Amino acid sequence: MEQKVDKDPGSWDMVIKPKTGWFDIDLKELWRYRDLIGMFVKRDFVTFYKQTILGPLWYVIQPLMTTVVFTVIFGNFAKIPTDGLPPFLFYLAGNVVWGYFANTLKQTSDTFNVNASIFGKVYFPRLTVPAAVSLVNFAQFFIQLVLFLGFYFYFMAIGTPITPSLWILAVPLLLLQMAILTFGIGILLSSLTTKYKDLRFAMGFVIQLWMYATPIVYPLSQVPDKYRTLYVLNPMVSIVESFRYAFLGSGAIRMDYVLISWLVTIVCLTIGIILFSRVEKTFMDTV
Amino acid sequence: MSVIKIENLWKEYRLGVIGHGTLTHDLQSWWARKRGKEDPNSQLTPVLAGQEKQIDGNRFWALRDINLEVKQGEILGIIGKNGAGKSTLLKILSRVTAPTQGSIKVKGRIASLLEVGTGFHPELTGLENIFMNGAILGMSKQEIKWKLDEIIDFSGVEAFIDTPVKRYSSGMYVRLAFAVAAHLEPEILIVDEVLAVGDADFQKKCIGKMKDVSTQGRTVLVVSHNLITIRALCTHCIEIKNGSVAGNGNPKEIIQQYLHQNIKNENDGSGYIDKNASMYNTGHIKFTRLYISNEKEMLSSVVKYCYDINIHLQLTSDNSYSDLLFHVYIKTTEGLIVSYATNLYSDFDVCLKKGENNLLIKLSNNLQPASYIVSVSISKVDGITMEYVEDIMKFSISEPVIKRAIKWNDPYRGLTVMNSDWIIS
Repeated sequence: MEQKVDKDPGSWDMVIKPKTGWFDIDLKELWRYRDLIGMFVKRDFVTFYKQTILGPLWYVIQPLMTTVVFTVIFGNFAKIPTDGLPPFLFYLAGNVVWGYFANTLKQTSDTFNVNASIFGKVYFPRLTVPAAVSLVNFAQFFIQLVLFLGFYFYFMAIGTPITPSLWILAVPLLLLQMAILTFGIGILLSSLTTKYKDLRFAMGFVIQLWMYATPIVYPLSQVPDKYRTLYVLNPMVSIVESFRYAFLGSGAIRMDYVLISWLVTIVCLTIGIILFSRVEKTFMDTV
Repeated sequence: MSVIKIENLWKEYRLGVIGHGTLTHDLQSWWARKRGKEDPNSQLTPVLAGQEKQIDGNRFWALRDINLEVKQGEILGIIGKNGAGKSTLLKILSRVTAPTQGSIKVKGRIASLLEVGTGFHPELTGLENIFMNGAILGMSKQEIKWKLDEIIDFSGVEAFIDTPVKRYSSGMYVRLAFAVAAHLEPEILIVDEVLAVGDADFQKKCIGKMKDVSTQGRTVLVVSHNLITIRALCTHCIEIKNGSVAGNGNPKEIIQQYLHQNIKNENDGSGYIDKNASMYNTGHIKFTRLYISNEKEMLSSVVKYCYDINIHLQLTSDNSYSDLLFHVYIKTTEGLIVSYATNLYSDFDVCLKKGENNLLIKLSNNLQPASYIVSVSISKVDGITMEYVEDIMKFSISEPVIKRAIKWNDPYRGLTVMNSDWIIS
């Protein structure tokens, strides 16, 4: 080490300078801090349980209750069609995916505000926080997925006519897209909320409205053709509908919708990273 | 070998106005402008004297053209008044915020302890927080595991290590936090005001640790208002004033220079005291002049070694008073009170007549050669201070001629010397 430095006295390990460039994210550094991401994940898990009676059960209560309510209101009262699928499974599939999206988005968009006190004192790659939030929520999603599969096999066992399609092989890819999309939009919004705190208050109902623009309580097939092109610009449409089609074998998903969705996902992630890297260096001066 | 090189570093903050986020502020500004009033969001008046020139339109230059090199193994003390820019500099060094212009080049890992307990989660136990805090400061899990015993031992809270830190006292909290940071073994450690907390015992430990760190070839940057600590600990010192480096050199000199600016009422030698110099005043008695004369009864601010100090004090009184107590404080330039003279212990009653009074205070002097500062106050027996002027005058004790040919350079030890007889039997 000493020798290396002597040979080349001009070599510095790090140069702190004003913000330059558009894409200023150091992925190597992020990897070096992987233990920190692990610690954040563990912390969020542990503190979630503390002083609760039901503990981890809360992870499944929320989607289960929502699904029951949806089944009663939208299925039994409003009688919205579900592509011939059992309404309970139909809503549960939608809720599990949407639950991940909504929770992760809400939490990541608040990254800078919630962590302002730590960020103001020490440096570590700021992306570790949204990354950890995504992981925690993904673990939560996984628990809910198991819940979904439980009901799925139960319905199959009692002879409900549901057959998975070949798309089921693409489920890992689908989940990857879901994670990337949520992460991208999350960090994009988090960068904007440092300047426009109004967004924080808007987040709650924006996510609510977004749900109604996504086939959660109704199937894609119910959306009139003339609105379809506009409708599928919402990247979550393809994700939710593909997820259902993969497991339940019924739906109106098409390959071009999937491609549009991926395109929007990549755009969101790119804009998100650009904005995040612009904000992360100096947000302490504005927050 | 330099481990930190700061080149032309500038940091700008915007004052109010542009794009301050929420809509209500924008509306507020618009409404104020409409009524022809001052925009409540555009004003940030400089509260500290001397900061005016740092403001340039809407910009405030918190740091102006800092150039600095820090060598390996140095303990660099950074001193300066509140708002001088010390913390901004440390924030940029620890990458909490980015500079506006210029650059800092760094060799090795920097760890900062700007405030204690960074990232501690109240619900987690001490042990969990060691891992959490260590990870935030950039340690890997493995590194922390290796040093775990040492960290717990250093913190002195082993009995409570499985208790959530929300139940800790603030002292325990700080000790645990410092223990983690101190064992981080970064090449460069940044410490800000941490030593203010914790008991004397723990402070000693911390100072020892910092010294250790620097002897292992690592570098420490300390910001503190405690000049005695800075002097005891640091090998090098800089003073920051209004965003620029005002002094750079050995701690003793820089501290003296820094304190010298702070002698508020130092006069031009003629001894007249400014009307507004009082720290406390009841309006009855006012000091007007103070000077020191030498053994030839000449005005002088240099007193010979072990000669009497003759302080002449002129004051005006609005009435005649008796039973007054006089207090004379002699301080070092670092602010430590070395000695004190008063008529409190004797039966001598100073009586003042209405109008002007002249008082000669003769002090027998055993001070070691150095510079000192005089403060004087008058109080009544019931404890009410009638007049108190701090840091009125600086004087120095000259070095005597030592007849022996000594070969060392610090023959004057301590602050005072005792009269002594040497008897051999």
